[in-house]
Amino acid sequence: MRASSSNSTPNPNPTPVGAAAVEAPPRRRKRKREYAHLTRFARTKARLYAALPYVLLAIVSLPIVVMYSWLLMNSFSKKTLFGFIPQELTLNNWRFLWEPLRIGTSVHPSIWTVTGNTLLFAGGVTVLIVLISTLAGFALSRFDFRGRQSIMQLTILLHAFPGVTLMIAIFFVLLYLMKFTGLPFLNSLWGVVLVKAALEIPWSAWIIKGFFDAIPWEVEWSAYVDGCNRFQAWYKVILPQIRPGIAAIAIFSFLAGWGEFIFLYTFIFSEAFYTLSLYLNSIIGEFQVVEYGVVAAVALFYMIPVIVFFIFTQKGLMQVTVGGLKGGR
Amino acid sequence: MASIRLEHLTKRFGNVVAVDDLNLEIADGEFVALLGPSGCGKTTTLLMIAGIYEPTEGKIYFDDVCVNDVAPKDRYVGLVFQSYALYPHMSVFDNIAFPLRLNKTPRAEIERRVREVAKLAQIENLLDRRPAQLSGGQQQRVALCRALVKEPEVLLLDEPLSNLDARLRIETRAEIKRLQKELGITTILVTHDQIEALSMADRVAVMHQGVLQQYTTPEELYNRPANLFVASFIGDPPMNLFEVRYRRGGELELPGGRALRLPEPLARRLEARRLEEGATLTLGLRPEDVELSETETPEGFPAEVYLAETLGGDLLVHFRLGDGGDGPRLRALTDPERRVTMGQRLWLVPDPNKLHLFGPDGRSLLAEAEEEAPVPHPQRA
Repeated sequence: MRASSSNSTPNPNPTPVGAAAVEAPPRRRKRKREYAHLTRFARTKARLYAALPYVLLAIVSLPIVVMYSWLLMNSFSKKTLFGFIPQELTLNNWRFLWEPLRIGTSVHPSIWTVTGNTLLFAGGVTVLIVLISTLAGFALSRFDFRGRQSIMQLTILLHAFPGVTLMIAIFFVLLYLMKFTGLPFLNSLWGVVLVKAALEIPWSAWIIKGFFDAIPWEVEWSAYVDGCNRFQAWYKVILPQIRPGIAAIAIFSFLAGWGEFIFLYTFIFSEAFYTLSLYLNSIIGEFQVVEYGVVAAVALFYMIPVIVFFIFTQKGLMQVTVGGLKGGR
Repeated sequence: MASIRLEHLTKRFGNVVAVDDLNLEIADGEFVALLGPSGCGKTTTLLMIAGIYEPTEGKIYFDDVCVNDVAPKDRYVGLVFQSYALYPHMSVFDNIAFPLRLNKTPRAEIERRVREVAKLAQIENLLDRRPAQLSGGQQQRVALCRALVKEPEVLLLDEPLSNLDARLRIETRAEIKRLQKELGITTILVTHDQIEALSMADRVAVMHQGVLQQYTTPEELYNRPANLFVASFIGDPPMNLFEVRYRRGGELELPGGRALRLPEPLARRLEARRLEEGATLTLGLRPEDVELSETETPEGFPAEVYLAETLGGDLLVHFRLGDGGDGPRLRALTDPERRVTMGQRLWLVPDPNKLHLFGPDGRSLLAEAEEEAPVPHPQRA
């Protein structure tokens, strides 16, 4: 550094005595070249690094893209080449939308009844879960009662426990409930709504408890002093502040209900209560004949509400990952 | 408006005693401050008065009616928290109107009263905003409005100024005091800031570790601290406290061997207590009650300048007591014009009428003699 700075000052005496001064300019140029090289190298490296994730992700997502394009192409064509290049375009695979589907000898129920059932089921599960989890989460967050800690721990344990293992026990519970009350717990959507909600509530209550925890005690106390009873404080002051949390458990419950298959399959016997998952299953499981085009079309149809739902609720979901509460106090 | 009486009020959380046998009377329309370091039980007391905590023992009376079993919503108290605790999902108007809506006040009256109280706090132009869009000072006003709009019997303020910047705090302090006098609401202020307590309240209750230390007017508190805790807690810079030995005949032996002659009335009062010769007492001396002298005086005692700090209006001088400057440290406030150099030898002359003396149990030896005298009651505005 010292050498270069002394070189940059004009030499009043340009004789070979200043050997360093003569040598200096080429050294400086060399350094400049070096820098240029380094800069080029760094730029290339940066570009490479920037492209790398895209390349990797593209490779990883290829199977998914293939799957969905298979669905889409198959649903609109009679025949396909290599699985996803359509040969003859047709709407025939979507005929279940305007007429009862006939495949082979069997007639399937109207898709609209089935969709209605699915909506009813998913909606019922959502309402029940949101209602009970917001109450339970509030109690777990705010009340000091015996066994609170053990309930919290058991909740996690229970959630790790696969619900499917309870299948037979649940069947008997529903059977006895039906015997004693005379109400249709088996072979009815409401019976399965109860089962599904019961299995999902511990987890949702756990999630929503965290949102309640984030509300300062002072805000709740203010509500009491301002004239609220406990229910009013919960409903008027606290619930509006945990809307993102409610949105999150509502979305997850709805999707869980929409995608539910195994409990419905086990506890529902009549086609009148079929949901889309059961409908899809009955088409796939058709004796001897499987129309893949129709299966693809139904599967796509099954996905549409979820995609629409997601588009409308993703803002709420994003807020959750940001960390619960927005707005200051 | 209501008067408040606390009788043997005790609150325990598990094994921790937060408030221990607290007795306190607050007159109708009075402004009382609960003052103490953090964790002394002042906020717990406030929350018990509001009805949020249930007392473990003891009773709370509003106007001679026991309110122990009355729900917070039926106690007609207004509460302002340090964090303001506004409802973030409501506009300022809705925040203030919330208590009125809950007791089903007619719509037109809500509108009128909210605007009235907002005008009082000068936030009329903010009514449409959300709490998150307000500054700390504005949020604080909204919280105060929400507490005042229901025309409470009792106004409870829990460190309402602590989150404001220094300048705004001084302004708001004065405003709250004026508002309290105008409306005549019985008010309890919880604070750890002695300036706040002394400047705003008619009477101050000093608490320490759940126990009430002294409950009297700010002047009394400053001039006659009842015990060592109050003496060391009140005053900034704090009072000088050091151990002295009692000599019969009205003299105190200071560390270093010099004797301090007590004024006649004080000496007689100590004589009446029949203190032992050589008993260890604590002498308290406020920094502003010490005169500095450059020449030796019979009443003065020598000290060496250790450090001098300029505080703007005053000069705070730290001394080491004793001939060789090896005794206990002591602070004195003096004129900033005065020239003081480090290591300089000066004579300190305490004002004999402003001495504070505490017995071995930490209690004041002066205040107790006046115990029989009625506590001067503050005048209502």
